Amino acid sequence: MKPRPPTGRRIVNGVVSGLAAASALLGLLALAWIFLGVLSRGVGALNVDFFTRLPNPPGIPGGGVANAIIGTLAMTGLATLLAVPLGMMAGVFLSEFGQKSRLADHSRFAANVLMGMPSIIIGVFVYAILVLPRGKFSGYAGALSLGIIMLPVVARTAEDMLRLLPNTLREAGLALGAPTWKVTLTILFRAAKPGLLTGILLAVARVSGETAPLLFTALNSPYWESSLAGPTPNLTVTIFNFAMSPYPDWQQMAWGASLLITCGVLTLNLTARFFLGEKHS
Amino acid sequence: MADLALPETPAKTQTWRQGDLIFRWLSRGCAFLVPALIGGIFLALLIYSLPAIKKFGVGFLVSPEWNPVAQEFGAASSIFGTVVSTLIAMLLAVPLSLAIAFFLVELAPPAVSRVVSTLIELLAAIPSIIFGMWGLFVFAPFLQAHVQPWLASTLGFLPLFQGPPMGIGIMSAGTILAFMILPFICAIARDVFLLVPRTIRESAFGMGATTWEVMYKVMIPYGLVGLIGAVFLGLGRALGETMAITFVIGNSHRISASLFAAGNSIASTLANEFAEATEPMYVSSLIALGLVLFLITYLVQILAQFLLRRLYRSWSAGL
Repeated sequence: MKPRPPTGRRIVNGVVSGLAAASALLGLLALAWIFLGVLSRGVGALNVDFFTRLPNPPGIPGGGVANAIIGTLAMTGLATLLAVPLGMMAGVFLSEFGQKSRLADHSRFAANVLMGMPSIIIGVFVYAILVLPRGKFSGYAGALSLGIIMLPVVARTAEDMLRLLPNTLREAGLALGAPTWKVTLTILFRAAKPGLLTGILLAVARVSGETAPLLFTALNSPYWESSLAGPTPNLTVTIFNFAMSPYPDWQQMAWGASLLITCGVLTLNLTARFFLGEKHS
Repeated sequence: MADLALPETPAKTQTWRQGDLIFRWLSRGCAFLVPALIGGIFLALLIYSLPAIKKFGVGFLVSPEWNPVAQEFGAASSIFGTVVSTLIAMLLAVPLSLAIAFFLVELAPPAVSRVVSTLIELLAAIPSIIFGMWGLFVFAPFLQAHVQPWLASTLGFLPLFQGPPMGIGIMSAGTILAFMILPFICAIARDVFLLVPRTIRESAFGMGATTWEVMYKVMIPYGLVGLIGAVFLGLGRALGETMAITFVIGNSHRISASLFAAGNSIASTLANEFAEATEPMYVSSLIALGLVLFLITYLVQILAQFLLRRLYRSWSAGL
């Protein structure tokens, strides 16, 4: 005969399990509440004008955030161009050359610290080294702060993805007489492609919703800007300014932009997961 | 994989080796860039905050004064708001995320667990500014209408819950922060629980322990170090979170005992005032605030990483 656990313990177990399930439900509820909240308020703001026009002054209905969409894309693109090669190479060192060296230890540690560093600190840093000496806000400064935020994410995922590759792959390449750089760039990178893409996508997803590092680097602008040399319009700071304004038109526009950003970031994230899932299955 | 130094090679491979040499040094330079950035950030913040440090000294940290007109600056109200909102967030998020991790690891069927995990992780992907929008226009009014009046009527004798329920304030900031850091703590706690060897768990079950008893007498003690690390990681996030807080905290440089009151945090002060600051002493004081935040988060990060070393090692091996 198997003795049963006394009832008291079973009741505690049941109560705790119920609470745990309720907590999970609460987490999901929060996600749904936020997503549906943004969706229901933002969808009304989306129309052709939203994607093609400049913001109107307060009080005049209509207008759009086309300049901000382009500005955000340009700065994110530049940040990606900056961070991906540097991050990949750092990942190569961590996985292929350094591994257990002191530099690799420091680099890994610093990358983890940098990933947890508040993004507004990065903004202050770029303000101090770029905006203050030049005396003006610029899209380049914005792109630099986004790039700094991306760098550690790209480096760590690149390391992890390269490490997963079997050593036989490296040995086979070297045995053919190929130099290490060729083996790394043409064989390892190709083999690790889904993983590396995942890393890049996650890094892009991470910065495309960033606001704090742009507030005093790229600032914002209500006009079309033909270069990144001056204050650059961008979606997230536009959301901040419009949401804090007392004008319902602008607040409505902020909701539209929020919906756009949310959908963009979630799509990037799910795509990245899909890549990763495909690789692991 | 390891050092690919080859035995003596024929002469014609000279260029071959040069290519590798360049490649190796390039990658070394990039790897060096990351710690160099951290050092650079620290130095830049330090240099630019020197004028404020010289003028206000240690008093900067304890003075509640913040008056751009009179050029008097102190960090006390910002530090106070940061600490209190983080405290609220941790009090809410730690039990919640541990409970969710428990649910994911022990209770949910694998398929449900996978879906719920992904959804909770998506919560972490939502940008801070979206939490801010939602907090300002949806959540704070909800608190104001439904939660705060109830708190005031039942616990109103405490100084914590006095004053008019405004929705916006330290309380809503802390609550929204809790939702933002929950996925981070939850994900690591889940990984910590999954690291507990099967045999240990199963022998506990074999002794007749209930699921909850296995969790709190076996899994939690076994993974305690990792769980504390997870908490610290969440703490680091909470301390530096900017946009969501800036939307809902109310932005007032006042220290108040009531959680209903408006306040500010280091990050929200930076977000609100930096772009408008023109006076050198004002800018320098703001950068000094940034330095304080940098040092606090750096310390928390070091602790978190020290505690999570074991986990990081297993991540690198099996991501």
